[in-house]
Amino acid sequence: MSAILEVRNLSKRFEVRHGFMGTKRTTLRAVDDISFTVEQGESFGIVGESGCGKSTAGRSLLRLVEPSAGEVRYRGENIMSFDKGRMQALRRQIQIIFQDPYASLNPRMTIGATLAEPMLLHGLAGRAELREKIEAALDEVGLPPLAMQKFPHEFSGGQRQRIGIARALALHPQLIVADEPVSALDVSIQAQVLLLMEKLQERRGLSFVFISHDLGVVRHFCDNVAVMYLGRIVEKGPVDSVFEAPLHPYTQALRAASPVPDPRKKITVAKLEGDIASPLSPPSGCHFHPRCPKAMPVCRERYPEWRAVSMQRGVACHLY
Amino acid sequence: MNSPSSDPILRVENLTTEFRIKGQWHPAIRSLSFTVGRNETLAIVGESGCGKSITALSIMRLIPPAQGRVAAGRVVLADNDLLTLPEARMEKIRGDRMAMIFQEPMTSLNPVMTIGGQIAEAVRYHKGLSKRDARARALELLEWVRIPAAARRYDDYPHQFSGGMRQRVMIAMALACEPDLLLADEPTTALDVTIQVQILALLAELKERRSMGMIFITHNLGVVASIADRVAVMYGGRIIEEADVESLFDRPTHPYTEALLRSMPRVDQPRAELVPIPGQVPPITTETPGCRYADRCPLAQPRCREAMPPLASVDGSTTHRARCWVRAEPTDEEVFA
Repeated sequence: MSAILEVRNLSKRFEVRHGFMGTKRTTLRAVDDISFTVEQGESFGIVGESGCGKSTAGRSLLRLVEPSAGEVRYRGENIMSFDKGRMQALRRQIQIIFQDPYASLNPRMTIGATLAEPMLLHGLAGRAELREKIEAALDEVGLPPLAMQKFPHEFSGGQRQRIGIARALALHPQLIVADEPVSALDVSIQAQVLLLMEKLQERRGLSFVFISHDLGVVRHFCDNVAVMYLGRIVEKGPVDSVFEAPLHPYTQALRAASPVPDPRKKITVAKLEGDIASPLSPPSGCHFHPRCPKAMPVCRERYPEWRAVSMQRGVACHLY
Repeated sequence: MNSPSSDPILRVENLTTEFRIKGQWHPAIRSLSFTVGRNETLAIVGESGCGKSITALSIMRLIPPAQGRVAAGRVVLADNDLLTLPEARMEKIRGDRMAMIFQEPMTSLNPVMTIGGQIAEAVRYHKGLSKRDARARALELLEWVRIPAAARRYDDYPHQFSGGMRQRVMIAMALACEPDLLLADEPTTALDVTIQVQILALLAELKERRSMGMIFITHNLGVVASIADRVAVMYGGRIIEEADVESLFDRPTHPYTEALLRSMPRVDQPRAELVPIPGQVPPITTETPGCRYADRCPLAQPRCREAMPPLASVDGSTTHRARCWVRAEPTDEEVFA
């Protein structure tokens, strides 16, 4: 195995003005010193709740938001040092798909024109073969050639997500960052899109960074997962072991609160009281300590160091 | 007809609601019948466009008259047929005997009025309390729904509250007059799971304590499993299966219910193959004489396209019923009922 993506100590800070007339300034640490590796052909999940920084992390990987510190290595090369031209070339290799494809499709462009644009821009197809290539791209995501002449509003949510995927695939990328790609879809349609992505992954040997709040979807689609809380990765490992035997009390709470379709396994409140803190003023020490049923005095004072508990698993918690 | 052991709080009979699309009326819910008992949570589950929200709005008589109308049926709440009441009486019942909470609390809260003030206003409107008593009552309600430091936060504005806290405020407001029936339309869908679980626990506890009936509308079968006593699965404007919660998950009988369960990725089990449902929900402008699921159903037979099956007993059960010629063969009595 070789790594397609290595993320080292990546951080993204925002300066936020707030208070009366914006006179106060605070640094928001949206992504705070995260590291992970995605192997060739792997689906790597990032899971967490609102404000945990998972979407910012995803966008930082493509420098759609410029990271404040750290490294992103694509096939061994640190893309942080790439100039504009090399970044544009890189974006052929790494594509992103979003939760709401409607917002990322131009409502006044036909689907054919939408798919043609990146192909022409990157010189992947001449005018002559364009039509053929677009038909092939549509066929790959299960849409008829007729779709080419239609506009985004003529499609359902599931079909629009297929179009979003077709557009991402048009440039034959190696790595796809998928930010909540199925969250807006009904379960039956969600399953269709997940299966499509699995099929494409197999056929093209794609790697994924798959961002989601839904643990069930992540367990289904991903090989490994990182759990984020207020900008930090608190636990990491293979999906089955992380969700069967979560180590971090936050992962445990998240797992216990995730609904499962079995009335005999009613989800439980555990002892997780309180709200998710604002990322603007995260609690001292371990950010999770005010909600943690196992908090100790040290948790208030120091952020726990990352500890590898096995070859594949790691956790940031003073309990381990 | 349903025959629950105790007297139901709500009885819905043959409810049909139509919408006008390009000058034509089309039914969004079709001859719906169900009951809700005291201290009972009925979950109505289904995907987009199945009619679950329209059902709640019809019961509340909140269908916008410019677009839709309740075309037939009865909605009986404590001996009152709500559909025949004058609007002035209905206004008194709404928020008093029955209340509703929605997915996005921010759109139902007044952004320029304090949290406490809004609840107090609701209490004064329905109960005619003095300003002072209304304030005390509002504070009590905020404590009920466990707003931390309620007294201090009484004068906060909605934007100062998190999503979960706002939903608690909506619940406080809905329960201000101790209604007999609460309609909750996807109340936790916009919330993070660790907050969702708190709201579900709160709703279950308050329902129990007030001995209230609750209709809980959701698309999430996991949420259904944790909150419902009974479940009605809707597809294409009809109830296609209903059962107590254990039976529904033990023996999903309608092919659509079964397919929904098999298309849901589960966090509590190792990866299994997902079976998606092919095709899409037929638009409400399309009429079919038979089962509206037939075109997507792997078990469909010619008769499924010819006639709509009745809700028939599953294996002689009095509480578990499904609308399927193949899986729940109706008796002659059920066919002609």
